[in-house]
Amino acid sequence: MPETIDLTILETLDFDDDGFMTDANDWTPAIGKAIAAALELELTERHWDVINFSRAEFAEHGDAPSLRKITKVGGVPTKELYVLFPGGPAKLAAQIAGLPKPTGCI
Amino acid sequence: MKTLLILGAGTGGTMVANKMSQMLDMQEWKIIMVDRDETHYYQPGFLFIPFGIYGPNDVVKPKRSFFPSNVDFIYSDIEMIEPEKNRVKLTKNNQVINYDQLVIATGSHIHPEETEGMLDGGGWQKNIFDFYSLDGTTKLSRFLKFWKGGRLVLNVAEMPIKCPVAPLEFLFLADWWFTERGMRDKVEIVYATPLDGAFTKPRASSVLGDILTQKGINIETNFNIGSVDAGKNKIKSYDEREIDYDLLVTIPTNMGSDVIERSGMGDELNFVPTDKHTLQTQKHENVWVIGDAGNVPASKAGSVAHFMLDVVIENILRAIEGLEPLPEFDGHANCYIESGFEKGILIDFNYDVEPLPGKFPLPGFGPFSLLQESHANHWGKMAFRWIYWNILLKGGEMPFESQMTMAGKWS
Ligand SMILES: Cc1cc2nc3c(=O)[nH]c(=O)nc-3n(C[C@H](O)[C@H](O)[C@H](O)COP(=O)(O)OP(=O)(O)OC[C@H]3O[C@@H](n4cnc5c(N)ncnc54)[C@H](O)[C@@H]3O)c2cc1C
Repeated sequence: MPETIDLTILETLDFDDDGFMTDANDWTPAIGKAIAAALELELTERHWDVINFSRAEFAEHGDAPSLRKITKVGGVPTKELYVLFPGGPAKLAAQIAGLPKPTGCI
Repeated sequence: MKTLLILGAGTGGTMVANKMSQMLDMQEWKIIMVDRDETHYYQPGFLFIPFGIYGPNDVVKPKRSFFPSNVDFIYSDIEMIEPEKNRVKLTKNNQVINYDQLVIATGSHIHPEETEGMLDGGGWQKNIFDFYSLDGTTKLSRFLKFWKGGRLVLNVAEMPIKCPVAPLEFLFLADWWFTERGMRDKVEIVYATPLDGAFTKPRASSVLGDILTQKGINIETNFNIGSVDAGKNKIKSYDEREIDYDLLVTIPTNMGSDVIERSGMGDELNFVPTDKHTLQTQKHENVWVIGDAGNVPASKAGSVAHFMLDVVIENILRAIEGLEPLPEFDGHANCYIESGFEKGILIDFNYDVEPLPGKFPLPGFGPFSLLQESHANHWGKMAFRWIYWNILLKGGEMPFESQMTMAGKWS
C-alpha cells in the first residue's frame, strides 16, 4: 500500500510559472516527496540517487545537471532515467529536487 | 624568454596570436601556436554548401596566411596538457613546450558515434548526413542534387551545439531551395529538437517558431534522440517516439577536443570549466579559454569568440603584471540568421538580455533589423565571410563593441 503523502506542505511554497521552486533552500526531502506525488510519481531509492546527485551538483555549480551529466557523472544510464522520470528526466529530477529549471543550453 | 602558448589555430587562436603579437614585448616574449590542421575552415560557410551557394573551395584557406611573422607555428597533434607543470606535450617528435601563459582554443567538434546506430547502422553518408564538417556538407550537397524528394528530418542530437541558429538556417534555406527547384510540394520538412521550442531564448523562439510555421516546416519538440534505426529509416527518442525519414540531416553531439579529456581538464562534454566573466579557467590562473572550448553559458560562435578577444587579451596582460583579471565578458552574441529568399534575421543578446526586436545600429553598415526578416540582414550575412577573412581573424577593429549596447532595441 503506497504511503499517504501530505500535499498541503506545497501550499506554503513559491513556484515559478513552470512549477519549479523559486528558492532551492526551502527544499526538504518531504517537499520532494510531495512534489513527486503531485506529479504522480512514487519515489524509489534509485530516484533518490538522482535527486541527491542533482542537489549536490546544484550546490557545487549553481545549475541543475544536464541529462548527460546525470548519466556520465551520476552513473545512471539514460534509458533508466527515462523509466524513472518519464518524459523529461533532467527537468523532472530538478523539479522534484526543488531546483530551478535546468538551463543546459544557450 | 617567456612563452605564450596558444593551443588551436582556428577562429579564436588566430585572433589571439595576431593581437598578442602586437601587445607583447617580443624581445621578452615568444608566441607559439599549435594545430594539427594546416587548413583554416570558414565554418559559417558550411551551411551554404548543400544549396550550392558556396563550393568547398570558398571556405578554405591555408592557416599560415593569417599568422603574424613573429609567431612560431607547430603543425602537430596536441597530446597532453599538464597545467600543474605548466607544460604541454605534442605528438610530433614527443616535443614538450613549457609555458608561462596558456590559451586554450581547441574548439568543439561533432561526435555522431555518441548516438546509437548513427555511424554504425549502415546509413551514414548514404541518407544520413551532417553539415558541421566540410566532408559531411560536401557529400550532402551531392546527395541533394539527385534527390527526388520525400521526408527530410533535421535533428539536433543534444545541446549545446556551436552556432545554435545554424539548424534553423538550414531549414529556412532548404525551404527556399526546394521551392526554387520546383519540388517544395514533394518534400516534407520536419525539425526534431531537444528544446521545447524553435530556439533557446523565449522571445526569439516565438518569432522563429512563427517563421517555421509560415514556411510549412513541422517541429517536434523535446525530442531527445536515443537511437537511429538506419535499416528502417527511423529515429527514436528516449521516450519512445519515432520519426520516419527519407533523408536525415543530423547535428551530432558537440564535444570539446579529445586532448581536453585526455588531460582530465573537461566537464562531461570535454568543455573546460571557465569563469564566465574573466575567461580564466576555474582551476589554473595562467590558463585562459577563448571560443568554443570553454563551458561558459554563451553561444558557441565566431562572433562570440571575437567579443571574448579583448577581455582575454586584457586579462592576460593584467596577469603578467600580477593584477587580478577583470570580469568584463557579458556573454555578448550577435548572429545573422539566414532565412531564405535572400532575407535574413539579426539577433543580438548577452547573458542577461534576450534577443529583442528593434534596429541594430552598426556604424557605416546598418541599421539592420533585429528579430525581423530583411534583405539587408541577408547581405550582412554574406559580407560576414569577407569580414571574417580580412578583419576578424587578424584581430582587427570590428564596427561593433565587445559589450552589448541597448541602443535601438525595443525592450
Ligand atoms: C555550420 C556552421 C555554421 C556556423 N555559422 C556561424 C555564423 O554564422 N556566425 C558565427 O559567428 N559563427 C558560426 N559558426 C561557429 C564558428 O565557426 C565557431 O564558433 C568558431 O569557429 C569557434 O572558434 P574556435 O577558435 O573556438 O574553434 P575552431 O575555429 O573550431 O578551432 C579549433 C582548432 O583547434 C584545433 N585542434 C583541436 N584539437 C586539437 C588537438 N588535439 N591537436 C591539435 N589541434 C587541435 C583544430 O584543428 C582547429 O583548428 C558556425 C559553425 C558551423 C559548424
